[in-house]
Amino acid sequence: MREFDYRRADDVSGAVALLGADPDARYLGGGTNLVDLMKTGVERPARLVDVRTLPLDRIEPAGDGGLRVGATVTNSDLAAHPGIRHRYPALTQAVLAGASGQLRNMATVGGNLLQRTRCGYFTDVTKPCNKRAPGSGCPAVQGEHHNHAVLGASEHCVAVHPSDMGVALTAFDAVVSYESADGPGELPLADFYLPVGDTPHRETALPPGALITGVTLPPAPVAARSRYRKVRERASYAFAIGSVAAALDVSGGVVRDVRLAFGAVASRPWRAGIAERVLTGAPATAEYFAAAADAELAAARPLPDNGYKVTLMRNLVVAVLSELAEEAAR
Amino acid sequence: MTTATTGAATPTGAVGTAHTRVEGRDKVTGAARYAGEIPFAGLAHGWLVLSTVARGRVLSVGTGPVLGMPGVLTVLHHGNAPRLTTDYVGMLGVPPDPTAAVFQNDRVPHAGWPVALVVAETPEQAREAAEALVVTYEQEPHDIAFSGTRPDTYPADGHMPALTEKGDVEAELAASAHVVDEEYTTPEEHHGMMEPHAASARWDGGRLEVVDSNQGTTWVADEIVRMFSLDASAVRVRSEHVGGGFGSKGLRAHQVSAVMAATVLQRPVRVVLTRRQMFSLTGYRSPTTQRIRLGADPGGRLRALDHRSLNQTSTVWEFVEPGAGVARIMYDADAHRTENRVVRLDVPSPTWMRAPGEAPGSFAVEAALDELAEKCGIDPIELRLRNEPERGPVSGLPFAGRNLAACFREGARRFGWADRDPRPGVRREGRWLLGTGTAAASFPAGALPSTAAVTAEPDGTFTVRIAAADIGTGARTALTLVAADALRVPTERVRVRIGDSDFGPAGIAGGSMGTRSWAWAVTAAAGELRERLVPGGTVPPEGITVRSDTTAALGALTQRERHSYGAQFAEAAVDVTTGEVRVRRMLGIFAAGRIVNPLTARSQLVGGMTWGISMALHEEAVRDGASGGLYGGDLAGYHVASHADVPAIEADWVDDPDPDDPVGIKGIGEVGIVGAAAAVANAVWHATGVRHRSLPIRPDRVLRAGEPRV
Repeated sequence: MREFDYRRADDVSGAVALLGADPDARYLGGGTNLVDLMKTGVERPARLVDVRTLPLDRIEPAGDGGLRVGATVTNSDLAAHPGIRHRYPALTQAVLAGASGQLRNMATVGGNLLQRTRCGYFTDVTKPCNKRAPGSGCPAVQGEHHNHAVLGASEHCVAVHPSDMGVALTAFDAVVSYESADGPGELPLADFYLPVGDTPHRETALPPGALITGVTLPPAPVAARSRYRKVRERASYAFAIGSVAAALDVSGGVVRDVRLAFGAVASRPWRAGIAERVLTGAPATAEYFAAAADAELAAARPLPDNGYKVTLMRNLVVAVLSELAEEAAR
Repeated sequence: MTTATTGAATPTGAVGTAHTRVEGRDKVTGAARYAGEIPFAGLAHGWLVLSTVARGRVLSVGTGPVLGMPGVLTVLHHGNAPRLTTDYVGMLGVPPDPTAAVFQNDRVPHAGWPVALVVAETPEQAREAAEALVVTYEQEPHDIAFSGTRPDTYPADGHMPALTEKGDVEAELAASAHVVDEEYTTPEEHHGMMEPHAASARWDGGRLEVVDSNQGTTWVADEIVRMFSLDASAVRVRSEHVGGGFGSKGLRAHQVSAVMAATVLQRPVRVVLTRRQMFSLTGYRSPTTQRIRLGADPGGRLRALDHRSLNQTSTVWEFVEPGAGVARIMYDADAHRTENRVVRLDVPSPTWMRAPGEAPGSFAVEAALDELAEKCGIDPIELRLRNEPERGPVSGLPFAGRNLAACFREGARRFGWADRDPRPGVRREGRWLLGTGTAAASFPAGALPSTAAVTAEPDGTFTVRIAAADIGTGARTALTLVAADALRVPTERVRVRIGDSDFGPAGIAGGSMGTRSWAWAVTAAAGELRERLVPGGTVPPEGITVRSDTTAALGALTQRERHSYGAQFAEAAVDVTTGEVRVRRMLGIFAAGRIVNPLTARSQLVGGMTWGISMALHEEAVRDGASGGLYGGDLAGYHVASHADVPAIEADWVDDPDPDDPVGIKGIGEVGIVGAAAAVANAVWHATGVRHRSLPIRPDRVLRAGEPRV
């Protein structure tokens, strides 16, 4: 493998300065994805700026019951935090549904949001991939794609975003904070990931060289009754083939507030806004849950081998929302 | 000189008593060294470069810039590599796979074919240079489309006749009260053992020494001798500890390229394969397409059995995955036809993988029998018992012990089979539908000629030397117990040395033949030694050594159908709204001869059954049509069962004596996986009412099959 320069940053502005404008430099968090990509030649950085020891490892109150999560908080610490477990339980469940104990001890919140797709064409440098080598083509459309996107994809890329954590954060309107050479900035997670279009290699709206410093969870009383459900091809240690983060507030049999986001169906965690609008004010019954899912999934454009995901997501939405409604009724 | 103290009248009874691995402490403390980590002075490191096209020829290898990179010593390729001899038949009765005979011509027969070896001072330098090496190809259209409808399939023998046939299958099917006619498929599967292939080669005083990780040192030494046209005495292969083999660790590209480089550079060279390289260089289990036709009378007795199994092989080597061999042992019928066919594609060469033939073949046969039981309205165990053959259905030979019925009876009792409601799709627990399934298992109990030497040492201990291989099975420990009993001494006084071709010819750790073959040779030598030692007599400083060779004894063995058997049971839970399948419990009861070490035997059987879960639900290598290579050919993309997929698994055995057999050991390496996938698939049917005839039973397939809507 290629030799690279390794630097450890002492503070946030120092990290941003160390990275500079070098397109061959990368921030190193837990390394659970980047190091793999370096071993397989997908990433060949000339310089790594280690940000893991930056003082961004705290979870703190963010006003009105919200929480601010530092970028270097590990997945394990995030999942175990009492505030997360009680106020955003779906986030704890999502994090614990991912990877393994060892990986969660290393992986960071900032790195999780920036992890790359596990599409087998992207991770294999002997094959074409528009995301890795722009203009080389997307073999997944005609080839293996049974775990690829059904929503928001394009003929240039049908890869899915692998994060579980990001799905729950998306449901809860999280906001990403960053530091760039031009100073600090914020991006709602809804605007964080770029549409695929014909530029699948451009994944986020972060300015060049920017470092994620944290994620803010706004107050969301509905999130206290939330759930994350993940379906995968083995019981553990696999990426989702479909997942749902849902929160539901029911009063008198009517949906007062609902949050819904899907994983493993698109290039980013997919906020099911259409379904939320259909459900808000509607009876909290399986029929309406199904109708809401159908409304969201009407935009699905499945390929020959991934149409099952439409059925899977519909069934998951109905199952998870029905469970939440049943618990609310108790 | 010391007093010899063998000859105690009572056997120690080590065999049959649980014993932890004699090298267990070394392994868990890291003291045990594996092939890729044994130090050599002056070691250079080779890195293989694999083709990126699936068919064509190499036009150029751009060695110039790479030779100038830091630490690079040489680049071997078809233009400069030493010539090899490949027109021979090796110890296992087959010619070498040209995938191992590297750099002999410019042809590229599949994606991931070795085209060059870059050797450098460090592995990092070798890897960087290998990744920088520019190889150009003349690419030709490739064909990797495996299917049962191809016109270019042909019958192939492999280790058994391609075709067996008796009676009129069509007539018997037409006259049958119940008929099953279905196609079953299994995917390309990979060994994925924990320790990657690794070899270090060096010339020392005119002898070639190869430190390797393999399933038989005399096997690999013999192949190297023939391939490099060396004197047999000039090659020594050692393989002390092996982190799994499963059929994949014979002669491969890494040993051959390491020997080539060590010869060219005249210094030690190590070649270690990466996990991804293993997915194209070290064999795999071919996908199979199997058509089964069963016809039965109203009572479930088979009138017709027709099993045709097709597998793929490479264009350079013929390998038969003999799925149709199962019914030649397991089930008779008035009309009985079995056939193994292959098709040659632009794919890597497949090879033996745990229970070759039996693993995929038993899935098809045992799933079809479950379908027949449903049609006949007969309990699946009862159906099998009604079809127990008196003699080998094809050979006509008597069985040397066939305790399948005992396995089913004991298994049914312990699993609670008697209470089973045969109706599918009627048991629900929350979102899960529940079902149970069963299947039969068998695997041949063969043996290979082996030699052993047992030495009485002056200090009252004994040293056993045999070129056995412990690929994680516990063979070293098993042989310690066997030797202790044969010598009638405590196990603490026996030291077993294995994994060295200088110990003389011995069979391989493969085909479930290892323990049977080696125990035979060790017992013979130890028994003779014990007779030669006079109680109270003295042992000279050099010890007293007795050697054995089982070649004649094997030849004198009466012709019989010798096999181990088993009954597999599984309970599965299926959520048809998400496609998730979970195995909740498994039980396997086996008849496998004399069990040498119950502790490691249980591990072997549970390991096989675990792999059966994996085969039923997870394992599948996907080949990419456009490139001809694998999609996700690594352990991130290729799923094996995780711990969370594996429930409490129980494995046990029934008494299975064979007084006519000189060793009584049958071998347990493979029978554990046989039938396991079928038991899970049959349980999935019992849970849902849907038959899954293509493995693995992935969530998307469950969803598609059921099309369930909430």
